[in-house]
Order: sequence, then structure tokens, then C-alpha cells
Amino acid sequence: MNDILKYLPYKSSFLFVDNISALSDDGVIGDYTLRSDAFFYEDHFPGNPVTPGVIITEIMAQIGLVVLGIHLMVSGVQEGVVMDEGSFPLLTSTNVEFFKMVLPEEKVTVTSKKQYFRFGKLKCLVEMRNADGQLVAKGVFSGIIKNAIK
Amino acid sequence: MDRKEILTELKKVLAPYTESKEMLDGINEDTDLIKDLKINSANLVDIIIDAEAQYNIEIDFDAAEKMYNVGNCIDVISEKINKLA
Repeated sequence: MNDILKYLPYKSSFLFVDNISALSDDGVIGDYTLRSDAFFYEDHFPGNPVTPGVIITEIMAQIGLVVLGIHLMVSGVQEGVVMDEGSFPLLTSTNVEFFKMVLPEEKVTVTSKKQYFRFGKLKCLVEMRNADGQLVAKGVFSGIIKNAIK
Repeated sequence: MDRKEILTELKKVLAPYTESKEMLDGINEDTDLIKDLKINSANLVDIIIDAEAQYNIEIDFDAAEKMYNVGNCIDVISEKINKLA
């Protein structure tokens, strides 16, 4: 299932997917463990590292939208849509609520359920939970893959 | 349903996606969804999905590509409605 990760266009400091544990045409489950040496902790906040909301959002988007979107493309579910080296994902909207803080070294699990994938746009309901199963964040995410539509 | 009736219904479909209510009141067949109504291009997909529900039709990829202004939207919708009739 982690085969899909080779298609992710992110590198090192901006790759926020460790593992995919479930993947189908209707949804995905994946996890990521926050590295304590991540670039954002030094300044957010000095002496008091807390994962920024934008990073939480990015983790949810990479697992919940990008992994599922790439799966839908490479598996050929949507006819007439293909991706190549020039393709990259773009987030088009998010509406997220945050319930709990995420600290360095925490493992978070993202569950995404597809609402629709049409005309190259994927919209999903995405949830993030911490290692205790508590809800960390929840929202509706949409995105497209640029340069992939024929 | 004639073009005028389709336009009236279409205004309801477009309303949640546009910030310019004055523009929406004054739309005509030449109004461009992105340039004039300032609609996020990614939301055109949602507009198409909402239009399908509103008019009880199915819009395919080729038809969707044409729907960039109000007149084209009405063309596509009226063609699909008439197919059903």
C-alpha cells in the first residue's frame, strides 16, 4: 500500500506522510509522526514547540487528498484524467476546525472519506486523531492536480 | 423550461459561490462566471454538481468544459433537459 508514496512530489522537510494503512477508491487512512527537529518548531514557539495549524492542515491534505487523488488517477478510475512528471497537486479549499494541540514526536492518524471526484477535483471529509484516538482536527478539503487533465 | 426560467434557477445555484450579489442580480447570457462573477475556478465543479441536482440532469466532461459563461450554462442545461423530455 505504501507503493503510492513514490508518486508524492514532496521532499524531506515538506513530506508529511509516513505510512498508508488503508486505501480504496472511497477513502484513505494514513499516519505521520512529527519529528522534533522539524524546521517549524524552533520558531513556533521558541522554547515551547507546538505544531502549527498550517502543518496540521498540510498533513491532512497530503494524506487525505493527495494520496487518495493520486490513487484515483493512477488506478484510472476517472477516465480522461492522467498525470505525469509535470503534474502537481493544488489545494483549492479547506474548512478545518482544530480540537487539540499536537506536540513534537506525536503520531497522528488521518482518515479521509471521498465526497466526490469529478472533472479532476477531489473533495473529502478529513479527520485527524492522535495516538489516544482523540480528535485533533476535522474538515472538508478540496484539491485538483495541475497539468493532469486532458 | 425556457431560457428565462433556467436563468432564474441558475441564479440560485450560483448564489453560494459568488461574493458579488449585485452582479448576480444583473447577470445576462454574456456574464462570465470567473471574470465577472469572480467565482473560484475550482468551484465550477461544485456549481455543475449543484446544477445536476437542481435540474435533475447529468453533465459530462465535454458539456462541463463549455460552461464558462451564463449563456453556455443555459445551453447545456436546456439541451440536457430537452433530452429527458
